[in-house]
Amino acid sequence: MRLDAADIRVRYPDAPRPALDGVSCSVPSGTLFAVLGPNGSGKSTLLRALLGAVPLESGGVCLDEKPVEDWSRRELARWVGAVPQSEPLPFPITARDLVAMGRYAHLGPLQGERATDREAVEAALERCDVTELADRLVQTLSGGELQRVRIARALAQQPRALLLDEPTASLDIRHEMGILELLRGSAECGITVLLVTHHLDLAARYSDRILLLDRGRVAAEGPPREVLTPENVESVYRWPVAVEDDPRTGSPRVVPLRSREAGSAPEG
Amino acid sequence: MTHRRPAAVLLGLGILLVLPAGLFLGSVALSPGDVLAVLGGGGSEVHREILLEFRLPRLLVGSLLGGGLALAGATFQALLRNPLAEPYILGISGGAALGAVSVLALGLTTLGSWTLPLAAFAGALLAIVLVFRVATATGRALDVRVLLLAGVVVGAFFAALISFILAVSEARTVRSAVLWMMGTLYGADWRDVAVVAAYTLPTAFLLLRLARPLNTLAVGEETALYLGTEVERVKRTAFAAASLITAAGVAVAGVIGFVGLVVPHALRLVIGSDHRALLPLSFLLGAAFLTAADVAAQVLLAPTEIPIGVVTALVGVPIFLILLRRSAVR
Repeated sequence: MRLDAADIRVRYPDAPRPALDGVSCSVPSGTLFAVLGPNGSGKSTLLRALLGAVPLESGGVCLDEKPVEDWSRRELARWVGAVPQSEPLPFPITARDLVAMGRYAHLGPLQGERATDREAVEAALERCDVTELADRLVQTLSGGELQRVRIARALAQQPRALLLDEPTASLDIRHEMGILELLRGSAECGITVLLVTHHLDLAARYSDRILLLDRGRVAAEGPPREVLTPENVESVYRWPVAVEDDPRTGSPRVVPLRSREAGSAPEG
Repeated sequence: MTHRRPAAVLLGLGILLVLPAGLFLGSVALSPGDVLAVLGGGGSEVHREILLEFRLPRLLVGSLLGGGLALAGATFQALLRNPLAEPYILGISGGAALGAVSVLALGLTTLGSWTLPLAAFAGALLAIVLVFRVATATGRALDVRVLLLAGVVVGAFFAALISFILAVSEARTVRSAVLWMMGTLYGADWRDVAVVAAYTLPTAFLLLRLARPLNTLAVGEETALYLGTEVERVKRTAFAAASLITAAGVAVAGVIGFVGLVVPHALRLVIGSDHRALLPLSFLLGAAFLTAADVAAQVLLAPTEIPIGVVTALVGVPIFLILLRRSAVR
């Protein structure tokens, strides 16, 4: 599924400047597309805008060439799975039942779960390595475990596109790498993946293209090697960095410098 | 939910068996034979009148009201994400009581026996519209925190108006007003059955269809949206349907407290909070609970009737506290 944003502007009520100002991007089917940028640069807002969850002041969003506002939420949820940065804990409910919420959009209001729905739930639990946790109440899970359950819920939607906001922020190395491998594998199977993250090196290794946001505007967009130049990263993050090629991974690696290593004091 | 399904089904069946108690028991006890004779089309003249003109309509009104109140309570708890929510929390009882008390104080009988229920219903609608307009004024979205605050404040305002009217009314009016506000099923007839059924059954069906959307609201409105829930439409439908059920109930039988608070919570402690089980079972248990309370209200001090609101509180609260304590210990 193809995602397109054309010159979108989003302004939250009472905000001094727009959260997004003239942002355009295109994510073709089967691409793993990483969105990077400092805190408050508009990454999460871009994700919401692509999902039709915030009103646009101008510009437009299309999913498979169809304006996002023309999709019903139910139809959209069958095509696009999303994991927002955080959500409140619900009432006591098992991890399996939380993942099963991913099937709601596939069911009529009073229709019971079918075998295909249960299979989709079990497969999603398995892929996120949470099958063992399935009967636990979500209240008893650790932050990282809950995060994997939430990702499993998005997979259970069996979507053609996955949009995730810092999905690996609370995960250990094994599970972080596991989720990134899963996302890479999904992209290889033709699923469009949009990943908001602070992890520059892993974004460089796993993504096809990177969008670098700076205070609501596009600072750079392109393949990792073209976007993650020292000039781009330093000017957007306002911190001195070195970018080296990692021979083992074959990807650029961003090394933030301590002020004495940079030779001059960082500004701000 | 899967592992609790047998328990939920058993509970539902058990509740359905309680309901007919309202036919046998009352100010005059009838034997099963008498009841069956009448239901079969025979029986004595007296028994026929007791059963068909008094008990059956009263049983139906009580079941529909109890079911509706419990369902509305469970809905408001989900919608407002507040465990203290109950059907009257958004000022509906205050609005209805203002309508009823005004009619009693002014001695109005313009529309005959319809006057009081219609005035109560109009008052409830006034409260609903007022609260809804305030909660949607800040933007286009329905803000449930504003909804809750507006409801509580509007309720307090109506309570003040009622106190004022009662303060300047004569003693007889005050007594009937207080009795009305405590709620009663006394004198429920077939017209009441029709009114309550017309409001409760369609809206209850609407709410049962919202079980899954209400589940998704529990993980936040943003996630709910991404799971395919039309969040604004669901919030508005839930608010309107639960409010209408409550308004119709209050208009017919006054303010019957605790059913809407205690029944859903007691069920949560036993079967969990998945609305797919909670909503239908709340309706059934609410119906059984109010029927049982109504029988107790007629029998305990017969021939004097205890206000049903008093019974629901006196019985409901201790049961609830025991359940609460048991779940805390577990």
